[in-house]
Amino acid sequence: MPINLTFCSSAQAIAGVAVAATLFTAGAQAQQKPDVGHFMLANGLEVVVVPDRRTPVVTHMVWYKVGAADEPPGTSGIAHFLEHLMFKGTAKNPAGRFSQAVAAVGGQENAFTSQDYTGYFQRVSRDNLKTLMEFEADRMTGLVLANEQVVPELKVVLEEQNQRVANSPRSRLSEQIDAALYLNHPYGKPVIGWRHEIEKLNREDALAFYKRFYTPNNAVLVVAGDVTTDEIRTLAEATYGKVAKVAEIGPRRRPQEPAQVAARHVTLADVQVQQPSLSRAYLVPSSVTAKAGESEALEVLSFILGHGTTSRLYRNLVVERELAVSAGGWYNGTALDASQFSVYGSPKPGVTLEQLEGAIDAVIDDVVAKGVTPDEVERAKNRLIADAIYAQDSQATMARWYGAALTTGSSVQAVQSWPDRIRAVTADSVSAAAKAWLDKRRSVTGYLIKDSSPREEKRS
Amino acid sequence: MIRPLRCLITSAAALIAVWAAAQPAAAATTIQRVVSPGGIEAWLVNEPSLPLIALNFAFIGGSAEDPADKPGVAYMVSSLLDDGAGELDAKAFHQQLEENAVELRFSATQDYFFGSIRLLRDRQAQSFDLLRLAINQPRFDADAVGRVRDQILAGLRRETTDPGSIASRAWWRTAFAGHPYGRPTGGSLTSIPTITADDLRTYARQVVTRDTLKIAVVGDIDAAALGPILDRVFGSLPATGTRVGMPDAAVRDSGRRIVTQLNVPQAVVWLGGAGIMRKDPDFMPAFVVNHILGGGSFTSRLYDEVREKRGLAYGVYSYLLTLRHAAMFMASTQTQADSAREALELIEAQIRRMGDEGPTEAELAKAKAYLKGSYALNFDTSTKIASILLQNQLDDLGINYIEKRNGLIDAVTIEDARRAAKRLADGGMLVTVVGQPKGLASKEPGG
Repeated sequence: MPINLTFCSSAQAIAGVAVAATLFTAGAQAQQKPDVGHFMLANGLEVVVVPDRRTPVVTHMVWYKVGAADEPPGTSGIAHFLEHLMFKGTAKNPAGRFSQAVAAVGGQENAFTSQDYTGYFQRVSRDNLKTLMEFEADRMTGLVLANEQVVPELKVVLEEQNQRVANSPRSRLSEQIDAALYLNHPYGKPVIGWRHEIEKLNREDALAFYKRFYTPNNAVLVVAGDVTTDEIRTLAEATYGKVAKVAEIGPRRRPQEPAQVAARHVTLADVQVQQPSLSRAYLVPSSVTAKAGESEALEVLSFILGHGTTSRLYRNLVVERELAVSAGGWYNGTALDASQFSVYGSPKPGVTLEQLEGAIDAVIDDVVAKGVTPDEVERAKNRLIADAIYAQDSQATMARWYGAALTTGSSVQAVQSWPDRIRAVTADSVSAAAKAWLDKRRSVTGYLIKDSSPREEKRS
Repeated sequence: MIRPLRCLITSAAALIAVWAAAQPAAAATTIQRVVSPGGIEAWLVNEPSLPLIALNFAFIGGSAEDPADKPGVAYMVSSLLDDGAGELDAKAFHQQLEENAVELRFSATQDYFFGSIRLLRDRQAQSFDLLRLAINQPRFDADAVGRVRDQILAGLRRETTDPGSIASRAWWRTAFAGHPYGRPTGGSLTSIPTITADDLRTYARQVVTRDTLKIAVVGDIDAAALGPILDRVFGSLPATGTRVGMPDAAVRDSGRRIVTQLNVPQAVVWLGGAGIMRKDPDFMPAFVVNHILGGGSFTSRLYDEVREKRGLAYGVYSYLLTLRHAAMFMASTQTQADSAREALELIEAQIRRMGDEGPTEAELAKAKAYLKGSYALNFDTSTKIASILLQNQLDDLGINYIEKRNGLIDAVTIEDARRAAKRLADGGMLVTVVGQPKGLASKEPGG
């Protein structure tokens, strides 16, 4: 199940993003890395350097602390649309020149948007890093947009919406669950936007959003790979350091959720659905809104309840009671505001969604009433901590972890202490988290079913 | 008792600089050809800077070795090898994987049965032992088989209304009618229920054997330590298997278009024609030509015409697909019903134009620069390196291919590129479209 729903400028590089999202799902963060560099330029740009000297390759990313949840009402999708338009050139580097330069050295590039951040990246051999930094620094405040570029790109985004959402009943249900879960917070809007609002987005909306949020003091540069902190400091000062601050950025205060007092239920019926399924999202704290230790406990809880075939949901629903073909759950702790803990399942033929929901309720009631065992906690912790070791094998993954942390209110220190904080989780803290947060009144349950109602025919 | 090691590291000439292509000055990692005491060969990159090991391996004989009336056997085996082995049932096996933080995966393509394991150095004994059990003593317990069967069927039911799956299945079924490649790797709603545990065992006995095994290892392990592990994990497999094999096949029905109606807003368009085999001298020229036409960057002709200029699609691309017995040239996009015809015609016109004129000198130079420069990006994680080392063995390219590869790109001349472009375009394409495309109907070749 995807959680950090991100959208890319091009379909071609989606695989990488999906992998990163999955790793965020596991919630793992990086192991202690004493050589990670972290500093700030005079113009307010924050810089993180993650050395990995095994290959002469670098991953260069600029993350802006702005995402779909920061959009003005009525313009949903503008953060993502702007992400696409950022490839349309500047006064200094007209449309196509940046991409041509990346291609000329065999680099890969793309961009992504989530509720909390927007990121741009290239992967190149280390010799070419400085050129890219010059281009990326230039488009930080130098974007120029002509309508003849904006209009076709809006069509591209509408096709992206078709591809990701309109053509997929599961994605459409997921949008409805988010919308119902957040009564007041903008996380209820899809990152890609509502289609009727995307259709009306224009050049002026994009430029206004750009001028308000794209400024060095609202960005984080992450460079991972065959580099040293000293080198990057010099290069960053020579490139990004020349970009003047163009806007003051206030605190990111979004409308918060009221006390949630009623369980919600949504059903999406579509003729395409051949395999029904259900998923339920609970409103829970993220790593930055949680009390100390609580997010880590939710991480372990989601593992015990929903990760893989040893999880409680899978064992109970798929193996023992034989009600479902699949079942699981996940928690996304990487968010600026209140996040989600989700459980899901697909019934076997002949089992109704109501029966499946009853069985899921029983598993959850049990963990709330009786808690978890120390054995389960040890196994989960073991696996989660190992993810931090595996992550170091990929410079791109490391860059994403730091970038996502620093744009969702977390810190370099928090990334590095993550394994220790997971190690400190106890069976008692997991049980307490289950009791505190798996409260149905703070949840939405979504059913995906086949629409078998007769089609209305228009006869006129 | 410790047996004497006989890890043969071939002469210095076989120590290949992995990064030579990117930067000779960089800390060069070397590929070693390791032969275990028992005679099992693996390519190894010893990379001690992280405490982990990645091992990828493959056997010849993927879904093409499924019984003709039971497609899906190889796929089902790949889903079941970690669901109980030796004394461990599915639950116990998965708990051990978790306790040791092992990532163990199996998969089947048309030609190969693949496995990969990623493990922590300090847990290597237990971790490799789980791999040994999975491939030597899979249990195929009735309850596990039943669960996996239900899961595959649920996926297949979803696919029956997924436009991408319908377009892909229609293409393969038609292009390779009567050939094993025409059968669905993932099985079908009618075949999966008929597959028994005996079918799974028979497949494993015939395919999971040492005679076609290839192995690549990357991580914190040296040749001396790897040898005995290779013997322990793979040494007890049967020496030889029995594979049905198959003749080479060409894409059928080029020029035909099959439109399947489905009530979705966006149509999926698939095109595929004859490609160029991996061993063909025109493969590398074709690879470069494809990059210019529709390869994975923001600068291809298809990207420019379909997406950048007209905004007709989010994704549009082409690629070469080479199997052991067939080669394909494929293209695909997704676009709303109203523009499906325009997008398809644009793609077809671009392919024709490429065939007629070939790329320009400037395009060729840019493509070469891209393809050479981007090669290094394939080597920044252990699993990526292991997977390339494995593929190079399967493609029989030689242990020094990584060093030679950019030279092969450089050697492509404009004449080579024009010739390869003509070969790709001349065969025509079999097209499958799923959705509600306006003004597009099925048609026969030449229709």
